[in-house]
Amino acid sequence: MLKAIGARSIDDLFAPIPAEYRLNRDLTVPRQMAESEIVDWFRQRSQENGIEYTSFLGAGAYLHYRPVIVDSLISRGEFLTAYTPYQAEISQGTLQAIFEFQTMICELTGMEVANASMYDGSTAAAEAAMMAGRVTGRNSVVIAKSLHPEYREVLATYAHHQGMPLTLAGFTETGRVNLKELEQAVTPDTACVLIQSPNFFGTVEDVNAIADIAHKHGALLVVSIAEAVSLGIVEPPRQADIVAMEAQSFGVPLGFGGPYCGVIATQEKFVRQMPGRLAGQTTDRKGKRGFVLTLATREQHIRREKATSNICTNQALVALMVNIFMTVYGKVGLKELAKQNLAKTAYSAEQFSKHARILFSGAPRFNEFVVQTSEDPYVINSRLLGHKLVGGLPLKKFYPELGNAALWCCTEMTTRTAIDTAVGMLAESESEEPRGEHAVEEVAR
Amino acid sequence: MKHPTPKATRHVNQNESLIFEKSSSGKAAWKLPPLDVPEVDAAKLLGRAERKDLGHMPEVSEIEIIRHFTRLSTWNYAIDLGMYPLGSCTMKYNPRVNEVVARLEGLANGHPYQPEKISQGALRILKTLSDCLLEITGMEAITLQPAAGAHGELTGLLLVRAHHQAKGNPRKKVLIPDSAHGTNPATAAMVGYAVENLKSNARGMVEVSALEAQMNDDVAALMLTNPNTLGVFEQEIHKIAQILHAKGGLLYMDGANMNALVGKVRPGDFGVDVMHLNLHKTFSTPHGGGGPGSGPVAVKRALEPFLPKPVVITKSDGTLGFEYNRPQSVGRVRSFYGNFGMFVRALAYILANGPDGLRQTTEDAVLNANYIRKGLEGIYDLPYATPSMHEVVFSDKLQARKGVKTMDIAKRLIDYGFHPYTTAFPLIVPGALMIEPTESEDKAEMDLFIAAMKSIAQEVEEDPQTVLDAPHTTRVSRLDETAAARKPVLRWKP
Repeated sequence: MLKAIGARSIDDLFAPIPAEYRLNRDLTVPRQMAESEIVDWFRQRSQENGIEYTSFLGAGAYLHYRPVIVDSLISRGEFLTAYTPYQAEISQGTLQAIFEFQTMICELTGMEVANASMYDGSTAAAEAAMMAGRVTGRNSVVIAKSLHPEYREVLATYAHHQGMPLTLAGFTETGRVNLKELEQAVTPDTACVLIQSPNFFGTVEDVNAIADIAHKHGALLVVSIAEAVSLGIVEPPRQADIVAMEAQSFGVPLGFGGPYCGVIATQEKFVRQMPGRLAGQTTDRKGKRGFVLTLATREQHIRREKATSNICTNQALVALMVNIFMTVYGKVGLKELAKQNLAKTAYSAEQFSKHARILFSGAPRFNEFVVQTSEDPYVINSRLLGHKLVGGLPLKKFYPELGNAALWCCTEMTTRTAIDTAVGMLAESESEEPRGEHAVEEVAR
Repeated sequence: MKHPTPKATRHVNQNESLIFEKSSSGKAAWKLPPLDVPEVDAAKLLGRAERKDLGHMPEVSEIEIIRHFTRLSTWNYAIDLGMYPLGSCTMKYNPRVNEVVARLEGLANGHPYQPEKISQGALRILKTLSDCLLEITGMEAITLQPAAGAHGELTGLLLVRAHHQAKGNPRKKVLIPDSAHGTNPATAAMVGYAVENLKSNARGMVEVSALEAQMNDDVAALMLTNPNTLGVFEQEIHKIAQILHAKGGLLYMDGANMNALVGKVRPGDFGVDVMHLNLHKTFSTPHGGGGPGSGPVAVKRALEPFLPKPVVITKSDGTLGFEYNRPQSVGRVRSFYGNFGMFVRALAYILANGPDGLRQTTEDAVLNANYIRKGLEGIYDLPYATPSMHEVVFSDKLQARKGVKTMDIAKRLIDYGFHPYTTAFPLIVPGALMIEPTESEDKAEMDLFIAAMKSIAQEVEEDPQTVLDAPHTTRVSRLDETAAARKPVLRWKP
């Protein structure tokens, strides 16, 4: 090949790089490994990563059963190793799958249009707030304090350089948004009210009441959904103008936090302000149905600095996992699955309530609840960890005002035995006097 | 076909409706275990918030689902089927061992909030990958949090802004060459910077005198892709960096084309202050039909305090942990720690290559692009004679005389069994054909590609209509994009 090119050596091809910058040594990276060694290396890392533990963690990342066909199907090379479907003629598989995904997200959220995916729930929420700014021509956002704290952090990062002021609205003793505070926070400059339902504490919000307040002041309502399985049994936020979702619960592995699948869904009238890719139905020269990426004039490769967002690569393959999961469970299965989650959580909260205080019990909840104890939850968790259990997420870091509180999560994967064991160990300490000095290890952040 | 191709043949493939059109009441592909806790009354627990109906969600059986998605899959082209020469996209082979290790139980089921004590495996992966990427780029600190290239750009420019802000003035604008990806200007706008275009010179590179004239105290950074989108290495990179640095500006490098550099030259050594990488391009994680990607951002020491939080640290007892106390951080750009599954895959790729493999990969990628350039030179117009690195950009100038444009040639290439190259980009080349073979192709596959491109050029001369009407062999052909955008149908309705 060198001869065909007319080069004497490979080095000739790198001549355009000024000599003083060329690297004349080996990179200091691990030596080349055989496949068997690579598998061994990662198997060791996997062993060091809590494989034998039963966890009660949720907080935006949920352990649900993943039907095996999800991985069988996404592993097909034609899905796995294809690029973004810009060449429609040889991308109809991906395009039709996106179209079906968009349809199912609409059915589940009660919205009219949904995009092909965003990076995750946090960036979807931030982009939804920016979108609300474009739709309303207003510049500030009122956020529920019960929105996932990390989602709030991401929004703060995005909003800061857009000069977009953010105001927080707190929660009442039911865990729901404090409507009075919310009403006071909304101004004529409020582009949107951004809440999460079920919220970070698992509490289902009174979306109607919040929508009324937002709309009365000409602001949009953006609802973030972090636990997608709730949509099987909890009424979707039909009064919302934008839904910003995290669909990880639908067949996506926990994967230490990613890749996940954000989605934005909205009403038809706002579609031209929506970020992200969209698949649309059309026909070919012979009148045959087919699908294309459409409304690209919103996007960066056409509009450059005037685009609705800079997003290009999204989470396509993860959206396909979500798509297959939604297809497997479907109309009846999703409801039954959600009901099991509801039952496990109700049982669990009831058991915990015998020995500790369950906060926010005045409103419906989905699969999370906050347990307040007299003992520091880090100490409790440290003890649980010795029995291969990972307790609820201590909330001190995010909500110091809640004291010794932790966010516990149950799904259909949580067994009664695990619940009873955890409750038993928590009860032990709650019935005893505080133990004085105890080596507290920060076991959850 | 006038010129039969050895690469492809016609073959029966299955029709398939939308899943909703196959649905009927009573079919199911799921089964839940018996409940081990008391049943609950949802109406009682949820009250008004109880959902009664799931609308038109499908009801289908498992074999129907398998066939549905398998049939759909056969309508796609993929790297696994053949050369996928999309310029700037680096469509290289995605090793299957990556998929296996990413699915190991502890990695696939690790919860992002599980205690650090039982997360040492994941933390070790973050740390090892970070160290490798720093060595490969010659940079000094890194964040893995951004979820894709454009997200990395956003993070990088937030760092630029924070850096200037800490000095008292965030500055007003970002310079972007006219050959840049669309994400660059879109990102600058998101961070609140005005975009100022920088014209390329006759060799397809940044015109240093223009940069000198446009550079002033208002310029926060230059966003440069190197090699640029023509596949050309910016030979005066040291001068470019000097001009920026002299006026306090920063050099941002878009790492989209890093596949031309790994193991041969390091951006940190030629003056780059901040850059992003695309793990889904250079480091072999699959594109998956459009994502997920991963866009780590590497910086020089001066920008380290501003990195998104948390960062991975080694604690006094030798274990790894996350550090959240970062007062100067730009904040979070994503929940948790980024697209962790992609880190696993990228690290597996680095381990499979080692120092020698990484260098050879780059050499092979550049060799392949030059082989294709030589093979098609004269048949297609080469607007810039400057040496090519990992990709080559032709134009449709010769074929346009017959009314055939780059998109037509691209569509005809489909009939020959290839995925098209990137069309109509970069914008500075009218009618561009941007070809990036990557290191994954052997000579035989590239010879087939060259033969196909030559055959199409001949068709343009003899029978342009065949090319204008292409593709002829696909399920659908030349879908009506205008109608799709004018009256959008974005979901199925009964």
